[in-house]
Amino acid sequence: MATPASNRYASERSPRILAGGLALALCIPALAPLIVIGFAAVSPDAEIWSHLARFVLPEVASNTLMLVISVAVIGGMLGTSLAWLTAMCEFPGRRFFEWALLLPLAVPAYVLAFVAVGFLDYSGPLQTALRGTFGSSVWVPPIRSLGGAAMVLSLATYPYVYLLARSAFLTQGRRALEAAQALGYSRSQASWKVALPMARPWIFAGIALTAMETLADFGAVYIFNTRTFTTAIYGAWFGMRSVTTALQLAGVLMVFVLIVFVIERRSRASAAFASARDMTRGSPRFELSSTGRVAAACFAGLIFAIGFALPIVQLAIWAIERIGDLDSRYFGFVSRSLLLAGSAAFMIVSCSVLLAYIQRRLPSRFSQAVIRLATLGYAIPGAVLAVGVIVPIIFLSNALQDLLRTWFGAGAPTIMFQGTLLAVLLGYLARFLAVGFNPVESGLQRITKSVDEAAISLGVTGAALLRRVHMPLLKTSLATAATLVFVDVMKEMPITLIVRPFGWDTLAVRVFEMTAEGEWERAALPAVAIVLVGLVPVAMLTRRGAHVA
Amino acid sequence: MWLELDNVVRRFGQRSAVDGLSLQLAKGSIGCLLGPSGCGKTTALRAIAGFEPIDAGEIRAHGRVLSRPGFTAAPEHRRIGMVFQDYALFPHLTVLENVAFGLHRLPQQARRPRALEMLSIVGLSEYVARHPHQLSGGQQQRVALARALAPEPELVLLDEPFSSLDVELRERLSAEVRAVLKSLNATALLVTHDQQEAFAVADLVGVMKEGKLEQWDTSYELYHRPSTRFVADFIGQGVFVRGEVIEPGTFRTDVGVVRANGTHWDAGEEVDLLLRPDDVVHDDASELRAEVCQRAFRGADFLYTLKMPNGTQLLSLVPSHHNHAIGEHIGVRIEPDHVIAFKRR
Amino acid sequence: MTVDAGELWHAAERGLLQPVDSAVLAANIPEAYRDPANRWFGFSIRARTLVYSTERVKPEELSTYEALAEPQWKGRLCLRTSKKVYNQSLVAMLIAQHGEELTEKVVRGWVENLATDVFANDTQLMEAIAAGQCDVGIVNTYYFGRLLRDKPEIPVKLFWADQEGSGVHVNVSGAGITAHAPHREAAQKFLEWLSQTESQSMFADRNLEYPANPGVKADSIVLEWGEFTPNPINLSKAGELQAAAVRLMDRAGYR
Repeated sequence: MATPASNRYASERSPRILAGGLALALCIPALAPLIVIGFAAVSPDAEIWSHLARFVLPEVASNTLMLVISVAVIGGMLGTSLAWLTAMCEFPGRRFFEWALLLPLAVPAYVLAFVAVGFLDYSGPLQTALRGTFGSSVWVPPIRSLGGAAMVLSLATYPYVYLLARSAFLTQGRRALEAAQALGYSRSQASWKVALPMARPWIFAGIALTAMETLADFGAVYIFNTRTFTTAIYGAWFGMRSVTTALQLAGVLMVFVLIVFVIERRSRASAAFASARDMTRGSPRFELSSTGRVAAACFAGLIFAIGFALPIVQLAIWAIERIGDLDSRYFGFVSRSLLLAGSAAFMIVSCSVLLAYIQRRLPSRFSQAVIRLATLGYAIPGAVLAVGVIVPIIFLSNALQDLLRTWFGAGAPTIMFQGTLLAVLLGYLARFLAVGFNPVESGLQRITKSVDEAAISLGVTGAALLRRVHMPLLKTSLATAATLVFVDVMKEMPITLIVRPFGWDTLAVRVFEMTAEGEWERAALPAVAIVLVGLVPVAMLTRRGAHVA
Repeated sequence: MWLELDNVVRRFGQRSAVDGLSLQLAKGSIGCLLGPSGCGKTTALRAIAGFEPIDAGEIRAHGRVLSRPGFTAAPEHRRIGMVFQDYALFPHLTVLENVAFGLHRLPQQARRPRALEMLSIVGLSEYVARHPHQLSGGQQQRVALARALAPEPELVLLDEPFSSLDVELRERLSAEVRAVLKSLNATALLVTHDQQEAFAVADLVGVMKEGKLEQWDTSYELYHRPSTRFVADFIGQGVFVRGEVIEPGTFRTDVGVVRANGTHWDAGEEVDLLLRPDDVVHDDASELRAEVCQRAFRGADFLYTLKMPNGTQLLSLVPSHHNHAIGEHIGVRIEPDHVIAFKRR
Repeated sequence: MTVDAGELWHAAERGLLQPVDSAVLAANIPEAYRDPANRWFGFSIRARTLVYSTERVKPEELSTYEALAEPQWKGRLCLRTSKKVYNQSLVAMLIAQHGEELTEKVVRGWVENLATDVFANDTQLMEAIAAGQCDVGIVNTYYFGRLLRDKPEIPVKLFWADQEGSGVHVNVSGAGITAHAPHREAAQKFLEWLSQTESQSMFADRNLEYPANPGVKADSIVLEWGEFTPNPINLSKAGELQAAAVRLMDRAGYR
């Protein structure tokens, strides 16, 4: 619906400019880290950089690379095989596992990490019991290793692959198999030649998400004492106190992130090409042999146990041991978490609505680009965002302070943005705008142009149109968006840890601090609260039938 | 016989989707299962393909048993090709690769030429390097057909092949598909709910209702000599009127005396007569006059709904230069060539 | 108010703290525990010293931090991660005493003797000693105190390092007044109050640390561990040399 520029009246231009400006403003939180990193890249502190390059970078880069690759492979295989079993085959407990295998999404990686280390480490309950019974526990592999970190991160992130691969198999899998069978291939040949390749775009998109999560992870690798980019950035910021070092490390990390990001985008795009019509009603599931059925049930059960059930049980045990910690201080953490999550949800959903309407009313390549930019924060690791947001804020704050001093002399009021909630909220905005935007965007898209036109032809326009038509129709999308953002902020740790104002400890920060001190039991209580909150979106997912055939 | 179904039964719980289906298809002929949705035709097709087991009866392909209770030969061993309702083309492969997909039994160097040959038969030679999502619906359907036919299967099954295309395309493609199948001397079985498709493509059509085959015959016979009331109703159009046999060949009905061949009815029997639109002829010389209630212009003819003197409404097909307005009275003559009559219930 | 002299030093260097001229503070807080320019003051002391397994090690075998680098401890040493500021200050003090070259040799020796990967925290380290994964380690005294409170029977004991030589490495929890503090006099009064007997007891005892004010006695549990000679080097050195310490640890492979 392109109107030639000459036909646009002047009265339309100013709201357009305003809208464009607002949209651009929303890009700033996500872009600021990238710009800041860019600046740091061109002004390296030679001495520190050479130290880094010789002693830190090789280990950090190889650790990160190996970690990401192992998680991608293990998580990819876990997710794909489980998706295959639950989407295409029949085995005892299949209906239960369909949604139960999604539950690890409710547990943040850093929680899974400390439960694993606390339980499986040399001085943990398992090895201690083994030594008590058998005299030695040397055959238990060391959990505090790269392998341990890879296992835990794979268990925490395989649901992304699981979800996407499942969706691919459910909409295409069975039909593709029948078509291949009618062309002379056996079921297993058909699975390899057809069903799996057809699901490739979805599987790759899921793996890209696990890779992004791994690159961004800070809490889990910290607990495993695995040196990766995120911990190095944190160390440079707090230990070496070198902002430029932190930024340079962040820059190298972003190169990795960029590669993964491009893979994810490309996969999503090619997934759109594959057929979307679901004609598999009535196509029966695979019947596995009886050994096959047992094996499938055992496999699914094993993953469910070690990825969710057993950690939850251990958490509960520790939490109950420490139930006395439920004091006013604890409720302080709870209230601060709720407050931050609530304000973030409100702010982000409002910005999402703004962006969605800009996209709707002013569709153009410019607005598309702006939206892409504003929402790409989800790919940027929290540690990078934290550093990238706080540096400009400090810079601005100091600049403003200097300005005020020159005007008012020594009696000038003190400005210190960096100690405020503003920084934290901007960090959340950068990271989670995509989370809020997606449901709002799809909700708004469901309100077709014809609906608008019908309302207008019946005399309902402008604010009344929004109030009487859009808002009621958007209610569920807004609620979904708010819930998803709320839960993500509750679980979020790196940004909150690095940027929070003094005294603003949330549940996630509390978990981190306790685990940094090795106090697994005391970390369990806040962790349980986080997991309970995290169950909400998983419940939403399963209720909406994302898992149902 | 190339394909034989012998009292095939397939149950889902208490319900029989296919209830004692028997039919025979000779080599080189094209059959069709026609019926409303839910009549079991797709289930029957899938059972023949090997995707559904059967609970009773047998499915045989030139003597060899394919399915019987407790035994279902795997689909990949049946040499039966299938064109699915949604085509089920592989989106990650090009058109050529899709068509060549089933040629793994041929030696390597024979595959590409065969695939190209099939594509030229269906008229898609210029599209070999495209991907399915780049083709229109009709083109995708032709690729699906080429893919199913390329390995020279003994039987081709088509599941509502034209249902997702628009009407014009349907007519054209029906003729094309029939031509392709005949040129390859392929044996095929098609299922559809659309009579026109069935008549255009198939040699033999079976009308199905609730899992049972009502009649398995040529289209002409189905139309003019339906063996059951359901078939008479389902195929073509028509109106039933009550009649009484005066003498063999003469019936007294509410709309007058009807004379037709039909020697097997005895005097005094009460029947329901089916009067098709082509049996109700417009004749200005006739004494019998009817009022035009509705008219539907169909290009070459009008389909008039006529109200007879006693109130019964009949359909009449009249060449369209006889343009009569609603409310006009026109003369009609009831002249069926042969009678379609069923014992009154 | 913060823990670790290094942090305080940095705050002072960045101009975030202002000097406090107070006779009370000068009297109550020994010189070694405050900034030479009076920008910050330590109020409680924690010692970072050796712990050992009572089942497998005799106190006679232990002497100094540096000695832990010797081959007899191969596979028996447990350390906390170098990322934690306490170890950075320890190494900084070693650099102040011995210079970088010797300290790097010592740290390399430690790394070679590690029984397992470095721990994220002192409590884990002591649990590992109790479980038998290693025999000796270096921790802050208050972690030992906390662990003892939870598990009084644990077969681990403290050993005061380097008593013949330079003394145990100590660190402080301290405070200063910010450069732009709006209520300067009140802040100063608060600091002075903190340095006095009653508050010193409260402050130190809650955390099982030692009061900075030498006139104040420590908590009885803490006293049970015995007396020790602290290392007299001014703690601001820890801050000064922290960056060098971090780089040294990177070079030596101490993670």
